Amino acid sequence: MLILTCPCCGVTGEETEFHGGGEAHLKRFGPGSTDEAFHDYLFSKVNPKGVHLERWRHNNGCGKWFHAARDTVTLEIYGTYPAQTTEPPQSVKDAITAKRPGWSWREFA
Amino acid sequence: MSNSVSALNGASATGFATVRDMGLQGMITVRGDLSATAVKQALASALGGEMPGAGHINPSDSGHTAWMSPDELMVLVPYASADAKLAEITDGMGDTHHMAVNVSDARCMFAVSGDDALVREALAKLMPVDLSSAAFKPGQFRRSRMAQVPAAVWMAGPGEARIVCFRSVAQYVFDLLKGATAPGSEVRYMA
Repeated sequence: MLILTCPCCGVTGEETEFHGGGEAHLKRFGPGSTDEAFHDYLFSKVNPKGVHLERWRHNNGCGKWFHAARDTVTLEIYGTYPAQTTEPPQSVKDAITAKRPGWSWREFA
Repeated sequence: MSNSVSALNGASATGFATVRDMGLQGMITVRGDLSATAVKQALASALGGEMPGAGHINPSDSGHTAWMSPDELMVLVPYASADAKLAEITDGMGDTHHMAVNVSDARCMFAVSGDDALVREALAKLMPVDLSSAAFKPGQFRRSRMAQVPAAVWMAGPGEARIVCFRSVAQYVFDLLKGATAPGSEVRYMA
């Protein structure tokens, strides 16, 4: 069971109050991009063992989207941060580093 | 004109706590930038009372104002005055970007009353929320889910819980609450 804290309304709830929205920080490739880039945008998602950055929505609450950094092995939440960001804030990165030194996720580490 | 009634028309059930459909309740949803001065002023003059902080519900001049999300408030007023209050809010807002809608007929409200610990326990059976008296005090307002449907809950006082849900799931929520307060099903976890 994941315990998430919504950064928008501040409520801490368990995962059934939220809904997962897949991988975070996707870069969108649409018209004008190569077929390969479009394919990777649609289908090439990471499925890491360990640190993972995801989008979540507080659907049984304030209804807002946000980002969460969690561990797919231990199910701990390293931190949640606003959806309006393109990379995790330093505080979240530090929290991950404290538990998983040398972690990396796509271009972030 | 047809006679308006609430979803369950005042149904009630008594187990170790009493569940009651509270009848018609005026509700207005207001969305906008709640930190903007123009929005604050319009709401203050139309509603009176202090604006609730995050996760809280405050009394207003003619009901309550509840904080729903960073950009949404729910205004509780008597059913008959909902349209007048809505007009007052809209007038006060002027050109300020906002949305205010009378949603009275889209929602319904329940009361669960009885012994404080037992009322909290009945709700805790259905919601993934810490409803102990230390964690959930009167004045706090929590949106979450009740079994499979979204619901908001607050304590109007000791042993007096209020629940707001969508009208379309009123029967479902009533049945849930009735089941959770069934005689003999007391857990007394919070007693």
